[in-house]
Amino acid sequence: MNISQSKSPGANTPITKILSWFGTALGQLFISVLIPAITFLVLWQGYLFLQRAAAPQIVQVLVAIVWGVGGVALLYVVTNWLVMKLPKKIARTLQPFVFVGPAVVIMGWFLAVPVIRSLIASFKNYLGTEWVGLENFKFAFTDPRMLETFRNNLLWLVFGTFFSVAFGLLIATLADRSKAEVLYKSIIFTPYALSFVGAGVIWKFIYTYKGTGIGIREIGLLNAVVTALGGTPQPWLNLTPWNNFFLIVIMVWLQTGYAMVILSSAIKGVPAELLEAARIDGANEFKIFFSIIVPYIKGTLLTVTTTIIIFSLKTFDVVRVMTGGNNGTNVIANEFYLQSFTYNHAGRASAIAIVLLLLVTPVIINNVRSFNQQRRGF
Amino acid sequence: MATSLKSHKASQSFWTNFVLIAICVLWMIPILGILITSFRPSEDIFRNGWWNVFPHKEDLEVSRVIIPESVDVDGPITLSGKTATFQEWQRGVQLEDGTKGTWYGNKRTRTIVISENKWVGFATNLTIQNYMDVLTGKTISYKNAQGQTITRTGNNLGGAFLNSLAVTIPGTIIPILIAAFAAFGFAWLDFPGRNIIFTIIVALLVVPLQIALVPILQDYVKLELNGTFLGIWLAHTGFGLPLATYLLFNYISTIPRELLESAYIDGASNFTIFTDLILPLSVPALASFAIFQFLWLWNDYLVALVFLGEKNQTVTIAVAQLVGEKGQDWHLMTSAAFISMILPLIVFLGLQRYFVRGLMAGSVKG
Repeated sequence: MNISQSKSPGANTPITKILSWFGTALGQLFISVLIPAITFLVLWQGYLFLQRAAAPQIVQVLVAIVWGVGGVALLYVVTNWLVMKLPKKIARTLQPFVFVGPAVVIMGWFLAVPVIRSLIASFKNYLGTEWVGLENFKFAFTDPRMLETFRNNLLWLVFGTFFSVAFGLLIATLADRSKAEVLYKSIIFTPYALSFVGAGVIWKFIYTYKGTGIGIREIGLLNAVVTALGGTPQPWLNLTPWNNFFLIVIMVWLQTGYAMVILSSAIKGVPAELLEAARIDGANEFKIFFSIIVPYIKGTLLTVTTTIIIFSLKTFDVVRVMTGGNNGTNVIANEFYLQSFTYNHAGRASAIAIVLLLLVTPVIINNVRSFNQQRRGF
Repeated sequence: MATSLKSHKASQSFWTNFVLIAICVLWMIPILGILITSFRPSEDIFRNGWWNVFPHKEDLEVSRVIIPESVDVDGPITLSGKTATFQEWQRGVQLEDGTKGTWYGNKRTRTIVISENKWVGFATNLTIQNYMDVLTGKTISYKNAQGQTITRTGNNLGGAFLNSLAVTIPGTIIPILIAAFAAFGFAWLDFPGRNIIFTIIVALLVVPLQIALVPILQDYVKLELNGTFLGIWLAHTGFGLPLATYLLFNYISTIPRELLESAYIDGASNFTIFTDLILPLSVPALASFAIFQFLWLWNDYLVALVFLGEKNQTVTIAVAQLVGEKGQDWHLMTSAAFISMILPLIVFLGLQRYFVRGLMAGSVKG
């Protein structure tokens, strides 16, 4: 509308007049519509290009990267420019929302609102068409499948967390007394960079089993060691309930490095005078460790333990890749995956997600409380 | 007294290093195992363990003896002066000249393999064929334990690697950009609802993303975002934003007030202050989070599985699929796993210091 109206008066005027016309209110409006329109058009063309997927993959990928990153930057620039065109008072009120708006909208869409949507879905049937009351929660808390996942997650939580933190603390303390500290710590920390899928392959290879028979040579490290020590090779990942522990080992292997790094920096914060004084008083290293170092780093120890506990509750990839949750190794997050994407039971899946949320709720409350204490003057 | 204290210290240091070295070796062996395996020919991998690439003693076949038809294989069998039953021959019998005789296969073969215990492993077969096979999506062939040739379709890890880049690079930059804008807004601009919104963000830090998967997938099906890069960028942005905003807020709110005020007096707008002052000053915090987010996206399996699936599959999906369909093909699985790890390892080892800084600040995330 605006475009067709504004074109007729400037039909046969010199260039200078066209330029000065852009200074008028109508011209400003014209630009204000045109520039966002062009922006939108460019982004839309990029979207269509990627949807068609006709170009070679490498071109696709490059276009996708430039389009995605550039598009977001462009949207901010254009929106801000638009807001600044408005009268000063309105601009000042609106501008904060240009800055925080996109983040708030996206977090709302992807995290805040889904909490409510999942809660509603958890009271409905598998298609989400009828209300079923507490039936899905009855499944979530009483079904044998779920009870098995609770038992396994408890094993992950207790043993996985305990050994990750204990090894992390042990290595951090020992490395602190060694000259080659950096090297040791780098080696222990390395598995933390790996995906659980990759780690799954690594450990599946260690646990691999060829079967019993004469002349068969095991290629899995664990079975080779067992055979060399005179034992019989075992299909480790099928041995219920011990297979859970073979999976937990993988988590310990990955998470120890994390615990070690955080705890190590806390240990370095213990004042040297305190340790010196204790040594002069004749305390041995064990006493120093348990009655000075551990109490001093209590806060950090708690944070690390909490983080790893949350991690153990959400265990998924490793179970999915190694056993698929079979042979008594199922966990909550895997049952969630099965319910939502294999059995297509949205109601049960949502109820399981709500259970997971309930399990981390104490941490959420604690985070909010300590944040509010920190930021009194905010 | 002084010397005993010194020797006590020396022994303490010895044990400290001993325990640490032992743990480090234990920690490295799993990675070493797949690294070595990934370079061995498929036939060798099926035949024996990866540790056989190191020099060791092994029974090597020197000759074969056929037992004549006249000998009853159900009774005792005599060979070069040694008499033993079939079962004993099957397990292997030590002969007088230092060699060993082992029955080959079942009774009907009538074959005893004579082997000698020798040092081997000084010259090992290594190949990059496994990597070539797993990177391509074309037809590949390799030999199994019996030496038979097997033909399969490759898993196109090369393509998956590119897809992973297409997911992780924008998936890292976009949330950082959005979070930086938001963190500046929360730290320095005044607007209604600021406190309550930020408190909600803090609460969202540890919300398990399972809660979002089903509703968001429903939205994606409606919006046709399923399987698209845009869809997964948005998802990773949504899931990464609370932590990114929180970390950057903590950093940006510590920038001295005078710095900003003098810029305002010079007539700078919020936008130019953000791009010319805040962003350059926040580089350390941005870098820490970028490494964090990059590793988390590259290693992500769940989000990619739900929102990308088979289409535009990432390396984690490709490796997991390989494990599912070729679960015994260790030459392919080990090389695929190593390809999936190479980039995070480089980033991690190269930028460890920044990463650790981000980790410290972000240890509230679930």
